[in-house]
Amino acid sequence: MKYVSEFRDPALAQSLARAIAREARPDRTYAFMEFCGGHTHAIFRYGVQDLVPGNVRFIHGPGCPVCVLPMRRLDDALELAERHGVILATYGDMMRVPGSGRRSMLTARGAGADIRMVYSTLDALEIARANPTRQVVFMGIGFETTTPASAMAILAARREGLRNFSVFCNHVLTPPAMVHVLEAPDIDPAQAVRLDGFLGPSHVSTVIGARAYRPLVARYGKPMVIAGFEPLDVMQSVLMLIRQVNEGRAEVENQYARVVTEEGNLRAQAMMDEVFVLRDSFEWRGLGSVPLSARAIAPAFAEFDAETRFAISEKQSRETKSCECPAILRGVKSPKDCKLFGRACTPETPLGACMVSSEGSCAAYYTYRRAETMAQMDRAQMEAAE
Amino acid sequence: MCLAIPALVLELHPDAMATVSAGGVTRQVSVGLLEEVVPGDYVLLHVGFALHKVSVEEAEETLKMMAQAGLLQEELAEWAETGSEVRA
Repeated sequence: MKYVSEFRDPALAQSLARAIAREARPDRTYAFMEFCGGHTHAIFRYGVQDLVPGNVRFIHGPGCPVCVLPMRRLDDALELAERHGVILATYGDMMRVPGSGRRSMLTARGAGADIRMVYSTLDALEIARANPTRQVVFMGIGFETTTPASAMAILAARREGLRNFSVFCNHVLTPPAMVHVLEAPDIDPAQAVRLDGFLGPSHVSTVIGARAYRPLVARYGKPMVIAGFEPLDVMQSVLMLIRQVNEGRAEVENQYARVVTEEGNLRAQAMMDEVFVLRDSFEWRGLGSVPLSARAIAPAFAEFDAETRFAISEKQSRETKSCECPAILRGVKSPKDCKLFGRACTPETPLGACMVSSEGSCAAYYTYRRAETMAQMDRAQMEAAE
Repeated sequence: MCLAIPALVLELHPDAMATVSAGGVTRQVSVGLLEEVVPGDYVLLHVGFALHKVSVEEAEETLKMMAQAGLLQEELAEWAETGSEVRA
């Protein structure tokens, strides 16, 4: 238990670890998907995997916004900056994500495109106000935590009559992606990942509320525990999941009740409903086309929709060859199964989005488990050669 | 991108804006997603918007944990780094 001393309450961490060890039945395995990349990092940073028995496994989910954005959409954003000459405002996470031909926002900026990193849509609005003769496009990306920020920006732009501001909308929804992970085995057995339950995201749930998961938990019979992002929260949530599995229950439980409510942030939900509509389907890296899983800007706000304002060309974007990002995002493969990991692909020279984002699985393995993962890869390679 | 940090509301401004403080750094953010907020409240702050009110105890414990894990410093560095690009 080398990491336990770093926990907020080491004694509590140890007693949770003992309870998990006592209650996890040795005659079965438990595979829990932590949907959110923030949880993936908490699990690695604090060595939570080492604090639970070997038959309790974490499957890393697709909850990393820049990881699941297909390359085509990034290529479209680069086109906006390069061909249409807009000021492209983006969250910092996007800057180094590789697009087609190993280009990225960072390299495009180096080549003269006006791409600016912002902390908030409030900053993007500020840029639009300060540059009335230029078109400013905000790269809208993320799950339900960042979507309200884009909605608020569009509402503010309308209120102010800001005619040079628009959003390139790539916002996605958490529950349909969970449904897709659960349905994947039926769609394609090669995508099958056996799951016994979900650790539900912390901050996404403050917006959508615990009730957002009830239909899918009822339909698919998989337990869900909404978990805070501290390591103690994760451990307690794992114990709650094990208990549900052992007792044959499948419910939505809320370990993070100190922050997450049943109905979530109703005002944020109302704004999202006003400004956006659901797309019939949206392409996700790794998951493919997922029905009703993303938002587009509603027709009433079309003037703030970059996809309406600019003619974006058709293009063939191809994912990086041999990058296992797609299978890793489905939870079918692990970073050690990718021959690029730690060799051709590092956080300094990322070939896939999962290595770029601080929320990506590959970045987590690289930061916290590099030596161990590379040794496993070497062993697997030697075995394959024999 | 999905992490929210607790921040203390110092002062309210027109248009549902507010000055908040986190880790000793102040910033202008929007409190337009919250029903009611007053100076002295702690809010969970995400990409410049307060998403939820949190208790003082929750905020203090979370800030301590985030500081220990280096997450608070990362977030504050992003505040500093992006400021210059807005004014470019």
